[in-house]
Amino acid sequence: MYEGAIQDLIDELGRLPGVGPKSAQRIAFYLLSADAADVKRLSTALDRVKELVRFCTTCFNVTESEQCRICRDPRRSDDVLCVVEESKDVVAIEKTGEFRGRYHVLGGAINPLEGIGPDNLRIRELMARLGTGTVRELILATDPTTEGEATATYLALLVKPMGITVTRLASGLPVGGDLEYADEITLGRAFEGRRRV
Amino acid sequence: MYVRSLDLVDFRSYPRAVVEFEPGPNVLVGPNGVGKTNLVEALGYVATLSSHRVATDAPLVRAGATTAVIRCAIVHDGRELMVELAIEPGKANKARLGRAPVTRARDVLGALRLVLFAPEDLSLVRGDPAERRRYLDELLVARQPRFAGVRADYDRVLKQRNALLRTAYLAGKVGAGSRDLSTLEVWDAHLVEHGAILLAARLELCAALAPHVAKAYDAVAAGGGGAAIGYRSALGDLPAGRDGLRDQLLAALRDARQAELDRGVTLVGPHRDDLGLTLGPLPVKGYASHGESWSFALALRLAAYDLLRADGIEPVLILDDVFAELDTGRRQRLADLVGGASQLLVTCAVDGDVPADLRGARFELGDGEVRRVH
Ligand SMILES: Nc1ncnc2c1ncn2[C@@H]1O[C@H](COP(=O)(O)OP(=O)(O)OP(=O)(O)O)[C@@H](O)[C@H]1O
Ligand SMILES: [Mg+2]
Ligand SMILES: [Zn+2]
Repeated sequence: MYEGAIQDLIDELGRLPGVGPKSAQRIAFYLLSADAADVKRLSTALDRVKELVRFCTTCFNVTESEQCRICRDPRRSDDVLCVVEESKDVVAIEKTGEFRGRYHVLGGAINPLEGIGPDNLRIRELMARLGTGTVRELILATDPTTEGEATATYLALLVKPMGITVTRLASGLPVGGDLEYADEITLGRAFEGRRRV
Repeated sequence: MYVRSLDLVDFRSYPRAVVEFEPGPNVLVGPNGVGKTNLVEALGYVATLSSHRVATDAPLVRAGATTAVIRCAIVHDGRELMVELAIEPGKANKARLGRAPVTRARDVLGALRLVLFAPEDLSLVRGDPAERRRYLDELLVARQPRFAGVRADYDRVLKQRNALLRTAYLAGKVGAGSRDLSTLEVWDAHLVEHGAILLAARLELCAALAPHVAKAYDAVAAGGGGAAIGYRSALGDLPAGRDGLRDQLLAALRDARQAELDRGVTLVGPHRDDLGLTLGPLPVKGYASHGESWSFALALRLAAYDLLRADGIEPVLILDDVFAELDTGRRQRLADLVGGASQLLVTCAVDGDVPADLRGARFELGDGEVRRVH
């Protein structure tokens, strides 16, 4: 244990995902020895992210305005809606250049072990969007994990009675994987080869 | 297939050990506690990514060290393949196949085919159903590595479904009212989907295995046969084929719904099944003698070996401390049965226990070293 501020910093860093106690300590001491201006830039970035970034009121992607860039883009099609778990999945799919519709970010997947059920995700908001009747196809692009598959099945059961075509990304994505880590080509192919569910 | 060399760093009792094996019989001799089983355990770990003795990895790393490394050269069809595994408890194993690191250690499954019989295997006969399910599933994975994924998927769905039932059960108990079971149907569907694949594969495996078990027991027990195996499911008689199994599992889940809600746990599925073992008209568990139980356990491993061999790739066969348990007649019959293996590793504490015709390469263990004697 260190004294005061440095230990506070180590503790805070240690709470970040993917940062173990050893890394937390290394980062803390790096910051301590780094240029004051560099550290200032980091702390400003941290402040600004909480101040400025919020969730798009339509799709719940991260944005700095009321609506995100994709929701505001008039050239994109309203017919097709792609459901993903996290904002980072939007970025991964955008990189493929295969998709010109809109998104809906759930904010996770159904995961009873972590106490996450449908009510903890933006499923009610999704149903409201679908209720307006403009969407003809819903693409379920949740991760190919146990939880992502369960979420996809849950949504398929919910949406199919509405007469909307529901598709799932084609397999070929590594099972147990993270959409974020699939390379552009694999993910692009998965989009092309999506199947009805 | 055979293991040409094994190289250990900080595995069990060995700071470092290098052993060059031969095709055909290899006999490892040394007093109790010298590290014979430690060597064969390392090979077993390469084949299954788990130890046959312990459920966690911590005991595999030498006391005082942080990482154990197992490196072995496997020769198959005249080509040599290097497999390297780094075991660091609490972290994911790191693996290399040939020169390339692989992303998941699971990818090395299938590189080494091996059947290991050890004293612990008596629990195949005497232990809980979980032991026999593990036997079946390990053999399934050895034959078709993709079943490692099926098992992992099934286990994960089961865990999630149990968590959901448990939460609902606890909420009901404190009268919190909000028993959120809206996703239960989804978990049912996925449990049944993966469960039917696993169940179909196990049934097929049992059917293929049964004649080999009968034959192996006969051979070891010199005609005192009558050994039979049969898959036991709580669902009763099972239809053949995945679709029928899926329907039956789903129906059973519906029937068990109330009981599951009352207890907060999944009561239906292949995680509740067993492999029934019988000798003549009697079950083995609770009836068979020590020698009979031992012979049955041995027959299960030898049958696995036969089946894998029939699939086309002859596995390495390891018999840890087996001969000491058998009378002279059975020793000789076992030696005749396994003497022709493409590679056989035998361990024993007492030199004279291994029949003379199994003398291929010979290693003596002592002082943390493995010495080739001839
Ligand atoms: N993680 C570890 N670190 C150091 N030593 C260990 C470790 N695990 C096991 N050992 C030692 O290894 C020895 C056991 O080796 P092993 O089980 O291979 O013996 P063996 O030669 O098979 O004996 P037996 O003939 O009794 O079966 C024990 O003395 C034990 O203390
Ligand atoms: Mg031993
Ligand atoms: Zn948006």
